[in-house]
Amino acid sequence: MKRSPKDNEDSARRISRRAALLGGAQLVFAGVLVLRMRSLQLGQSEEFRLLAEENRINIRLLPPARGVIYDRAGAVLATNVQNYRIVLVREDAGEPREALERLAQIIALTPEDIERAEREIMRHRPFVPVTIADQLNWEEVARVAANAPAMPGVTPEVGWTRFYPFGAEFAHSVGYVGPVSERDLEERENPDPLLMIPRFQIGKIGVEREYEDTLRGSAGHRRIEVNAVGREMRELDRQEGDPGSNVRLTLDRQLQAFALARLGEDSASAVVMEVQTGNVLALASAPSFDPNLFVRGISVADYAGLRDDDHRPMSNKTVQGAYPPGSTFKMVTALAAFEAGLATPDERVFCPGYLEAAGRRFHCWNRGGHGRVNLTSALSESCDVYFYDLSQRVGIDRINAMAERLGLGIRYDLPLSGISSGLNPSREWKRDRRGADWVIGDTINASIGQGFVLATPLQLAVMTCRLATNRAIMPRLIHAIDDIEQPIPDQPPLGLTPAVLAQVQRGMYEASNSNRGTAYGSRIVEASLRMAGKTGSSQVFSITAAERAAGVRRQDQLPWNRRDHALFVCYAPDVDPRYAVSVVVEHGGGGSSVAAPIARDIILAAQNGGLPPLEAYPTPQRNRIETMIRTISEQIGPPATPDNGRSRA
Amino acid sequence: MSYLEYNVKRSPSGLRKVLYVNWPLVLLLTAVASVGFLQLYSVSGGDFDRWAEPQMQRYALSLAVMLAIGFVPLWFWRSMSVLAYAVSFLLLVGVEFFGSVGMGAQRWLELGPIRLQPSEMMKIAIVMMMATYYDWLDIKRVSHPFWVLLAVVLIAAPAFLVLVQPDLGTALMILGAGGMVMFFAGVSLWYFGAVIGAGVGLVTLVFASRGTEWQLLRDYQFRRIDAFLDPTLDPLGSSYHINQAMIALGSGGWSGRGFMQGTQSRLNFLPEKHTDFIFNTLAEEFGFIGSVFLLTLYIGIIVTCVIAAMQAKNRFASLLILGIAGNFFLYFAINMAMVMGLAPVVGVPLPLVSYGGSAMLMILIGFGLVQSACIHRPREKS
Repeated sequence: MKRSPKDNEDSARRISRRAALLGGAQLVFAGVLVLRMRSLQLGQSEEFRLLAEENRINIRLLPPARGVIYDRAGAVLATNVQNYRIVLVREDAGEPREALERLAQIIALTPEDIERAEREIMRHRPFVPVTIADQLNWEEVARVAANAPAMPGVTPEVGWTRFYPFGAEFAHSVGYVGPVSERDLEERENPDPLLMIPRFQIGKIGVEREYEDTLRGSAGHRRIEVNAVGREMRELDRQEGDPGSNVRLTLDRQLQAFALARLGEDSASAVVMEVQTGNVLALASAPSFDPNLFVRGISVADYAGLRDDDHRPMSNKTVQGAYPPGSTFKMVTALAAFEAGLATPDERVFCPGYLEAAGRRFHCWNRGGHGRVNLTSALSESCDVYFYDLSQRVGIDRINAMAERLGLGIRYDLPLSGISSGLNPSREWKRDRRGADWVIGDTINASIGQGFVLATPLQLAVMTCRLATNRAIMPRLIHAIDDIEQPIPDQPPLGLTPAVLAQVQRGMYEASNSNRGTAYGSRIVEASLRMAGKTGSSQVFSITAAERAAGVRRQDQLPWNRRDHALFVCYAPDVDPRYAVSVVVEHGGGGSSVAAPIARDIILAAQNGGLPPLEAYPTPQRNRIETMIRTISEQIGPPATPDNGRSRA
Repeated sequence: MSYLEYNVKRSPSGLRKVLYVNWPLVLLLTAVASVGFLQLYSVSGGDFDRWAEPQMQRYALSLAVMLAIGFVPLWFWRSMSVLAYAVSFLLLVGVEFFGSVGMGAQRWLELGPIRLQPSEMMKIAIVMMMATYYDWLDIKRVSHPFWVLLAVVLIAAPAFLVLVQPDLGTALMILGAGGMVMFFAGVSLWYFGAVIGAGVGLVTLVFASRGTEWQLLRDYQFRRIDAFLDPTLDPLGSSYHINQAMIALGSGGWSGRGFMQGTQSRLNFLPEKHTDFIFNTLAEEFGFIGSVFLLTLYIGIIVTCVIAAMQAKNRFASLLILGIAGNFFLYFAINMAMVMGLAPVVGVPLPLVSYGGSAMLMILIGFGLVQSACIHRPREKS
């Protein structure tokens, strides 16, 4: 269309006007954009820069090296070893299933392992390394490394894991570590962030658990730059953590190994203490188990085996087992009576084999009776009637007080798990707990360590130390932390009349050295090593009338779990004593026949600083003892190495 | 301008045309594109081959296309307008039935090795069509309801087809570009007032439709609007992108964190860092100064175009130039408003800077038309 010049003029003017209008609007809008930039980039830049830094920087914890646990001489009881594992990175490995199947041709992987690993891999982002196999041995790692070119994205890695070179020997005392559980976190008010690290291990029982905070150390950290999906780009800085403190125990590896081996197959325990210091040298609880199984993740079958065993391998019987002390309690009754001035050591009591009281007949173990006995013969021959008689005069209150003075009924604060306080019964206790009044029969039963009285092997060892020294010896398990000696607890004098205590000690000496003593068979002939001890056989069930009628007379005719517990406490040498030992063999039968020989071997080993010396045994026993010692010494091996393969769940 | 009006004698011809190319415009366009090359190099982490090099090749090619178009007399383009519009429109219909779905929207048509985006073509075609329409229409009838309605239909029909693809950003740009040409042509301001009123009404209606059977937008579009209205609502969900974009932009400060030092883009916190959100990488690395610099370049392009339109003294040429410039303004204004949190995230790239050949080619084709108008402007013989 041809336009007139006027039209063209008009058109151009209008376009200019409109262009100016819209151009102005556009400039206003541009101005708004600039104002917005100013507000964001100049007004709020600090805030946004902070947000950008938060996006960018992640803090990763560096787990510290856990403290090492040593025995008194520096033998390593718990340490950290390198742990080889195989990790797979999905984005490098390609199809995970294929990669896993290739890997399964090189190391042992069950179909369940593969399935579990595959699930784990798919749960994470493709660049996250996922552990496929753990606790590999060097050979397996070498095989994987050699095949690396064929398996991209599959790499061996090294980490740290706990290892117990002496395996079962210190399973109960040193304990073991395991992965942090929900319960572990709930127990703590402010859990260390380290505990949130996957696969982090903390102490589960024993010293490992009780000294967790000392052993763990403090976390280091590294600041890393991550990208939007969390992949690490580079490390910005790094601060190593403080390793955990090393802990040296009072335990003696050699003695511990000997004691555990000597206890053998029985469900039994033995405690060895240094009489003067209270240092605990051995805490043997048999049977035991390999704590390394727990570190690696114990299999269901292995765990069920430990749990269902009627010998309770997982229980630390030295502090958790509370047994009627039986005749080993008789020193308490005697001292209670003499210190109260209610009897004298020379006073003689007639034992017809029983004592009538409160309309009941209380039997002596020797149904034929001991005749006239004084303190020394009552202890050495373990006459029950003598103590029945004393207890009627002295009463439960004084017995209870003396038992406490000698260290019974007390829960010792050692870094061990599940420590029992035993039971030192009193009138109040019976009223509160049983809702009944104390009766004279209870006192009579208590006088020979039966009835309500319960004591742990540790408490019996402490009692023996106190009897040997007349001081309130306290047990001590931690020798040093990071080479700083831990103080020996106060040992205030017990204040027992020395002459009276000497008579009790004399009775214990006679028990294991006079030919009428209950432990004469377990005597030591080497004069400088002689021991003073006391046998105990504590009833678990009485032999029923029906059984008696059926001709059951002897312990070994009863089923195992109804036999008496066999106990023995002793110290040696008899002058200037150095070591105290308590032995409890559950359902072992008799203290003199079962517990005393064990205690003798252990206390000889302690005094000899190795194996028991053959010359210390009576000549007729030497052949048998020599065989036994040889068998045991073969069982005590060198420390294990961690490279003994992998156990899998 | 028809062929009959084309004054051969007073327009440059042959190689002399090179002298009359609007070189300031070429310079400004190249400057903006160079900012793009720099940032693409930066966000690829120093990998020249990844984005920067292909982008440079495409720019070179597009620049050649622009000059080629510029050397063709304007009357030719005017006579192609209706055809361009018709073809684009038919392709838009075609894409509705045969189009490939990508990024959750039907946007392109595979024609052998060529991937056609008819909605991109329509951005140019609508300007050509409307400029021709108002050049053809008697000036006195410009505000006549029938002719206004016809223009609205010409604009709304393709916009609707793009909207149902669904591509809200491009639909808005077609509406905006067409509307601007109507505005420049002198359509009565009352109509615009009425449209703004209706627009407010429509927004209300769109929101009212949410969650009902006749929901007018897709769920993801509603979520984008929510994220826009309150970016803190769901920091890891639909508003994650805009939050991260704002962090990148804001952390730039005055002078930025330095070339290739932007942590948000380098560590991939920034989404679509080489396309829609490339402005944020620039803002992060060069700060307020860099951001304003780029905005100034853009405004320079608009101003150059407006000057060219004033000089054209020809209704078709002026409307075409202003329409192309308006379209270009919409491009960067919508993108910048979007990445600064002033507008919903609608998926409009930053013109000439964002990585992508198709959009760049269409923009330079548009400027080719501007060049054609500049070169073939009748001049007094000296």
